[in-house]
Amino acid sequence: GMNPDLASERQTASFSVEKLTAQLDGGAEHTRIRRAVVEAIECDPVFSRENQYFQSQNERYEAAVRKAVHLQKKMHEMGWTEDGPEFKYIYRALSGDIAFLLHRIFMRSISVLGSDKQIAKWIPLATQYQLIGSYAQTELGHGTYLQGLETTAVFDITTQEFILNTPKISAMKWWPGDMGRSATHTVVFAQLYIHGKCYGVHPFIVQIRSLQDHSLCPGITAGDIGPKMNFEHVDNGYLMLQNVRVPRENMLNKFCEVQPDGTYARWGSQKINYFTMTTVRISLISDEVIIPLMKACTIAIRYSVVRRQSKLKPGEQEAKILDYQTQQEKLLPQLAAAYAFHFINNYLQELFDKVYREIQGKKFDTLPELHAFSSGFKAMVTQYCTSAVAICLQACGGHGYSLLSGLPSLYTKIVASCIYEGENTILLLQTARFLIKCFMAAGAGQPVPPSVTYLAAVKPGKCPAKNKLDFLSPDVYAEAYQHMAARLISSTAAKLQDLIQSGVKKTDAWNQCTVQLVQAAKAHCHYITVKNFAETVEKLETKAGIQKIMKHLCDLFALHGIFSNGGVFLHDGYVSGAQMDMVTASYLDLLAVIRKDAVPLVDAFDFTDKSLNSALGSYDGQVYQRLYEWAQKSPTNKQMSPAYERYLKPLLHNTLSKL
Amino acid sequence: EALVINDPDFQHEDLNFLSRSQRYEQAIRKSALMVMKLREYGIADPEEIYWFKSFVHRGRPEPLDLHLGMFLPTLLTQATPEQQDRFFMPAWNLEIIGTYAQTEMGHGTHLRGLETTATYDPATQEFILNSPTVTSIKWWPGGLGKTSNHAIVLAQLYTQGQCKGLHAFIVPIRQLGTHKPLPGITVGDIGPKFGYDEMDNGYLKMDNFRIPRENMLMKYAQVEPDGTYVKPLSDKLTYGTMVFIRSLIVGDSARSLSRACTIAIRYSAVRHQSELKPGEPEPQILDYQTQQYKLFPLLATAYAFHFVGAYIKDTYRRISGDINEGDLSELPELHALTAGLKAFTSWTANAGIEECRMACGGHGYSRCSGIPDIYVTFTPSCTYEGENTVMMLQTARFLVKSYTQVSSGQRVTGMVSYLNDLSRQRIQPQHVAARTVTVRINDPVSLVEAYKARAARLVEAAAKNLQAELNHRKSKEDAWNRTSVDLVRASEAHCHYVIVKLFTAKLSEISNAAVCAVMTELSLLYALYGISKNTGDFLQAGILTDAQITQVNQRVKELLAIIRPNAVALVDSFDFHDVHLGSVLGRYDGNVYENMFEWAKKSPLNKTEVHESFHKHLKPMQAKL
Repeated sequence: GMNPDLASERQTASFSVEKLTAQLDGGAEHTRIRRAVVEAIECDPVFSRENQYFQSQNERYEAAVRKAVHLQKKMHEMGWTEDGPEFKYIYRALSGDIAFLLHRIFMRSISVLGSDKQIAKWIPLATQYQLIGSYAQTELGHGTYLQGLETTAVFDITTQEFILNTPKISAMKWWPGDMGRSATHTVVFAQLYIHGKCYGVHPFIVQIRSLQDHSLCPGITAGDIGPKMNFEHVDNGYLMLQNVRVPRENMLNKFCEVQPDGTYARWGSQKINYFTMTTVRISLISDEVIIPLMKACTIAIRYSVVRRQSKLKPGEQEAKILDYQTQQEKLLPQLAAAYAFHFINNYLQELFDKVYREIQGKKFDTLPELHAFSSGFKAMVTQYCTSAVAICLQACGGHGYSLLSGLPSLYTKIVASCIYEGENTILLLQTARFLIKCFMAAGAGQPVPPSVTYLAAVKPGKCPAKNKLDFLSPDVYAEAYQHMAARLISSTAAKLQDLIQSGVKKTDAWNQCTVQLVQAAKAHCHYITVKNFAETVEKLETKAGIQKIMKHLCDLFALHGIFSNGGVFLHDGYVSGAQMDMVTASYLDLLAVIRKDAVPLVDAFDFTDKSLNSALGSYDGQVYQRLYEWAQKSPTNKQMSPAYERYLKPLLHNTLSKL
Repeated sequence: EALVINDPDFQHEDLNFLSRSQRYEQAIRKSALMVMKLREYGIADPEEIYWFKSFVHRGRPEPLDLHLGMFLPTLLTQATPEQQDRFFMPAWNLEIIGTYAQTEMGHGTHLRGLETTATYDPATQEFILNSPTVTSIKWWPGGLGKTSNHAIVLAQLYTQGQCKGLHAFIVPIRQLGTHKPLPGITVGDIGPKFGYDEMDNGYLKMDNFRIPRENMLMKYAQVEPDGTYVKPLSDKLTYGTMVFIRSLIVGDSARSLSRACTIAIRYSAVRHQSELKPGEPEPQILDYQTQQYKLFPLLATAYAFHFVGAYIKDTYRRISGDINEGDLSELPELHALTAGLKAFTSWTANAGIEECRMACGGHGYSRCSGIPDIYVTFTPSCTYEGENTVMMLQTARFLVKSYTQVSSGQRVTGMVSYLNDLSRQRIQPQHVAARTVTVRINDPVSLVEAYKARAARLVEAAAKNLQAELNHRKSKEDAWNRTSVDLVRASEAHCHYVIVKLFTAKLSEISNAAVCAVMTELSLLYALYGISKNTGDFLQAGILTDAQITQVNQRVKELLAIIRPNAVALVDSFDFHDVHLGSVLGRYDGNVYENMFEWAKKSPLNKTEVHESFHKHLKPMQAKL
């Protein structure tokens, strides 16, 4: 049955949950397809995640491989294709718990960086799984800084081959997924040398395991890098190359080529290399970052109306913990952030599609903006969501720490996103570089991309709010964010200028300003997120109460940001001390308003119990029964531990002491 | 330390490669061994036992923790002499292994809500123990799942038809000899957690389980044979234990953060990346301002917490003396202060450990870095021994009480004495802005004043908001709830002030000039960084001006450069042995990459060159497609 404490929350929804779900999916038809995919996957026992929390690294890896293999069959059975509308929901339905994701990156890198001839040769083999691919970029000694990679590929004219080598231990490829145990081939990024001259980092297709018996090829040392915080199901690997020869045709050569005589030729924009990274960064935001946050909010908020603790009024029943202001203040801003990031992700996706169309037409003008944006947003969203999931975990008291709550795994997985596909601090500095450049250009009267035109009109001013209700106006708070972002960017630019003019070298000056630059880039991304949320709300349908509740969430997201970063808004007096008290008052009022819709707002994310895989967060709220039931399934309760016979018994019987 | 590290009996495979069952087994093996060795070496001093234990288990929890840390001490403090005769020696000799079963599935910090019952039956002179609901099942106690054969169970006492509140009972749960659960007892492991793999946290359900009357711990409260209840003398005494355990958590915050800092700073000196100047070799990542900005404030924090932990321990020792002489006057303040400091330090350290890990880039995410292990072992301390938000609100209650006393003309003493100044200001209304110029940002003592002013302002604001809510004719509880976000902020500001004050006070005690100089830099960094992260509070209260905030931000960055040359020496001073640090990235010799490779080769997935999944799944698939 349904826990009455959760049931009562659903009776008072101010909006239609089903309509909001459809809104999030981009239309009721999408919701229908998504549910069909989820249903098909979840009713198939091969894809079950039921005992996942009890499994070892080896078992998890094996299950992931089994699922990946089975998925091929399933897709065929269901008539799903890679271009079909169902495809994007498969990963969500599997909660990412599947092998061969790097195989996809392997294919994508060949499609983007390979010539037509290379595509024709490799893609069919990969599609048929005649080979399994990986993508080997990161090394033991180098990550985000690609130019520093140390693997070498030397061109040998006599045999028309590249000779690949790992010259020292720090040059060993380290971390690539699917490479520790599964992959037969990988795209290796290496410094290209022709006639002793270095031409920089280039991609090469290298076979690493036999297609017959899967043993390692000559000259290859590869294996698993050992246990991590999460991703037990992925065989992240290491790879050492000793005089491994690959034919000249194995260098991916859509944009550059080594000709038989050793001549190096390049065409197209260098920037295209960044395009794969940009693509990956944007694609990970939804599946790897926003969805986990939505799940964490669902679990924590449902649990917070089931858990009762202490009394708010003497003589009454113990209160639901979500009725405590401090609990609301922990969880509801994270819920608002999940919505804010869902909408900013849509915005990024649109921008990406636009740039992609332009690139197809060999137009690269908008690529820098997209690159700067995707870097900054990847950094901001991953960092924000990681903290948010940690808050959800800690808001569930002791039970949050049980793996059975689902929250620890969500956390340990999302936290990796702050590092992979570009370390966040470095990404923010890339965005900052773009912003400073635009600020200078705007100052000199040159045209700048539309998203940064606000930098042209930095002016001192005062926030016009007169009472706390004024802070519920998107114009008022968006303006405050804009002012704050513009101030931080302009003051950092000024500082940079000052240092350079006082004789400090450009690179030193940059390093001395990096803390401020990071802050400025974050401020810009925060501003764009608030602005985009407000604009999205305006366009929402007014029916079914959706616009109203989204407006509340937008207000909450914006005011939470001002409340938690008061100093930067107060700094030049744009917001006064008295106005800051109004912000706080409005912010706290909103918590009580949104509290009423908290459960319907997470229900709208529409996660099945199986996909949450949480004893605390299930739809029916039968938390304690489930926790007890699941714990009994733990292997520690099934097998008699050898520890008793071996160590405890002698200890209890005091026999050891006689030794 | 050397005793343990050089003892071959304590060696074992890297725990990262073992399953939970294996890790539990290793921990039990070592605990059993440890007890033998402690007796063999004749180590009996609690402090020495603590260190021995922490080296055997490398700072990890272990199944006998609750036996040694709660079961035995509770017997000592709450059992009657007759009960001690019955239980203490068997427990000391580990014929009885006990745990402390307080938390239930449905209730944690709010003790009054616990549901387990112990009903006295005068006919048989027994207590009948029951877990009446699913939520009343004891849940989480360490060592309960598989290890213990006894538990001290906290239950609501019913006698003569009345509930007398929570009391402690000694309950046998497993048969001596077979180790099988006794009839009426359901006991087991609660399953995998975020860390604590060595620990068999357990559940316990009791169905009409009878224990003799003499099994209630009766040093204070008593139930007589006919069922008459005799009240304990004072309930303030239980505060003492809580203060003690929370003070341990403050020390643990300092230690855990120090370990993470050691790893991250050493690794940042070994790792080279990217370029600062074109054409030059790749610099150590510790030379980047952003990296220093991530790590050095945490280093300063680790030192600050270290001094705070020592302060609480000393104060507790001093006050304990007074308590034994019947003087309880200082206890409420210490209790309130440790609650807040426990929350403040554990929150900060918890976030700080993760920052250290992320500052190590991708390799921090590998278990070989050791930081994931530090994190999962430490993070539950935000919740156990009092959930942090609840702790902050306890401190706030004391602050509001003190504020109310000051408002009604009384004077308060101790760490809250700054509230006395608030009333003086009201008598002589002084424009707050006029005081701003007095803060000198390079003077630690002046910064203590700035933190004091911030705390005073936030306590006052919270107290006034609370009053305003009360004036809206809301119930007391409702008003408190609607002010709780403000109240937590006030507590945080108060704790922050206390820490800055204690750190600064410590400086005058350091006699070595060079040490004092570097500690002064760290204390300045700690105080100034705290301001730069909370500029809103200082600006809004008019404690600092815009211009001063800009100077503070600038000064923080200058201090980073000043501390940089001493960074590695400052973490070396924590003096963690490599074995205890358990980190490939944080090795004292800095040979990181070679040893990462060595470590990875030991991974269970590398035991065979071709993994069995190839034959099971990959090959058939390739054949079919």
